[in-house]
Amino acid sequence: MATLTTEDRLVIAGRPFGSRLLLGTGKFPSNASLTASIEASAAEIVTVALRRVDPSAAEDILDALPSSVLLLVNTSGAVDADEAVRLARLARSGGAPPWVKLEVTPDPRHLWPDPVETLAAAERLVADGFTVLPYCPADPVLCKRLEEVGCATVMPLGSFIGSNQGITSRETLGVILEQATVPVVVDAGLGAPSHAADAMELGADAVLVNTAIATAADPVTMARAFRLGVEAGRLAYRAGLAGQAPVARASSPLTGFLEPV
Amino acid sequence: MTGVGVELGSRPTQVPAGTAAADLLAIDLAEWRRRVETATAADVGRVIGAGRGRAADLPVLLSAAATARLEDLAAAAHRLTVLRFGRAVRLFAPLYLSNECVSVCTYCGFSAGNEIARRTLTVDEAVAEAQALVERGFRHVLLVAGEHARIISKGYLEEVVRALAPLVPQLSVEVQVWDEATYRRLVAAGCDGLIVYQETYDDDTYADVHRLGKKRNALWRLAAPDRGAAAGMRRLGIGALLGLHGDWRAEALAVAAHAEALTRRWWRCEVQVSLPRLRPAAGGYEPADPVDDRSLTQLVCALRLCLPDAGISLSTREPAALRDALVPLGVTTLSAGSHTEPGGYAGESDAEPQFEISDDRSPAEVAAALRSLGYDPVWKDWQR
Repeated sequence: MATLTTEDRLVIAGRPFGSRLLLGTGKFPSNASLTASIEASAAEIVTVALRRVDPSAAEDILDALPSSVLLLVNTSGAVDADEAVRLARLARSGGAPPWVKLEVTPDPRHLWPDPVETLAAAERLVADGFTVLPYCPADPVLCKRLEEVGCATVMPLGSFIGSNQGITSRETLGVILEQATVPVVVDAGLGAPSHAADAMELGADAVLVNTAIATAADPVTMARAFRLGVEAGRLAYRAGLAGQAPVARASSPLTGFLEPV
Repeated sequence: MTGVGVELGSRPTQVPAGTAAADLLAIDLAEWRRRVETATAADVGRVIGAGRGRAADLPVLLSAAATARLEDLAAAAHRLTVLRFGRAVRLFAPLYLSNECVSVCTYCGFSAGNEIARRTLTVDEAVAEAQALVERGFRHVLLVAGEHARIISKGYLEEVVRALAPLVPQLSVEVQVWDEATYRRLVAAGCDGLIVYQETYDDDTYADVHRLGKKRNALWRLAAPDRGAAAGMRRLGIGALLGLHGDWRAEALAVAAHAEALTRRWWRCEVQVSLPRLRPAAGGYEPADPVDDRSLTQLVCALRLCLPDAGISLSTREPAALRDALVPLGVTTLSAGSHTEPGGYAGESDAEPQFEISDDRSPAEVAAALRSLGYDPVWKDWQR
């Protein structure tokens, strides 16, 4: 029998990935720390804000990315669909892959995604040939609408971005997972490897983590811990969780004496 | 401040309803100031324990009771800063376009009465200055000028912004305050940020230190960030010069209340605060109610906890060691290698600087110091 880790690849837009942990690149103390964290996380998809990219700089953030990972440019800073589309096109014309993590966040404090503008931008970017991975609120209807316009994934947030609170959107996230026909990547708010495992146990196809790794006292070790958390959660999901009961259930049945020996 | 206007020229002498300025004037800041004196250790424990506060909690954190808990306050501020902003500090440079000024302000080296060498950069000279800053690594430039509506006109500013926008990904202005239509022109030309320090939020002090010129209209200035935000500025910076008014805590409370009001009214804007300590300048102004390093440290920590999402900027007025020490406690933005005289980057300039620099390290040295602290110096953080 094959182990559960084989033949269990994440497939986005027809492209297989061995890792179910996507990594964000903000808030790291240095490029060296970022590179080592990417390697320790085993992430194969790494998202970078175009606003941080500076090919003319002596040390650019893109220099930190191993050549083996897929660069997923994000539209951080965009406040509406027009800006997001413009940033995505700018990245592609600069040589980035035509994959975009769509972020439309008019509120710079909480970075809550604007559902109206996100949907509008997604539709335009898909029509323009992009593979679109939209960061969105954990709204089941919005996620279906994003699927319908051709997004390659949906990326509902687990809780406020950067909050490290874990999954506070559990009920609606459950509905999204039940209904999805594209991979669901839980993005934002996962503050500990146990949170990532939690998301994976719920049935998420992948998670995206940034703050919890970047701001840990030891980002590299934390990156490895998240990798293990994601793997553990995925294995548990595939193995089938035993479920919960409101009261204790003895492992040796109390009425076992009624059964024939 | 009160809502009583000063009759000056044709400008409105009241702030419009529905603005952060109006919201600020509705707050009883005198009552906030009294709470600084009455806050107890239990109050301090409650705010620190909550991990993040609001502007109305600042009186508690500026109290003597909070001074006694400075280490705990610093620990909470550090945690929140790392969580919210990461181990990264954004760098920018001021580009002084002109030291011409028709206003008489007692504390400023550019004040109209001062016998100093005056200079206004041509657009080409401004481009050369920007080019010199880009070569030093900067991708965020703050355009600064004195107040002279004829020499540093709307058209001139618009032309400079338009010329610099292709070179510099992020441009902000700190110039005389304008109407919304002018701010719209600057935004359209490529300007993203507006810095307007109220200088002092105390009415009497404001009138006392701003002797002549349009800047005397405090309320027109107070509502400038609202006008900028309405015009589409993405980033707003406000602040007070510590050393003008005889009570720095009162100034800090007003800045925090104003920042929170701006955040609420203009939810699409990033708001940044700064509380520079006055430095000696031409004219011989002596700062009032000097803020010692311990108090400034307490202030930075307190602002971080009470304005969790606000950027905090610290200029080269402060010495290198203190700037480095305050980064982990809440500072998110630093200027570096600054020249406060027009034309000081591309070559030698004999124009008078606005104030003396205390941290005279080069941008590369500041970046290296940040790295040695375990922080990433972020030069570029915007894509127009």
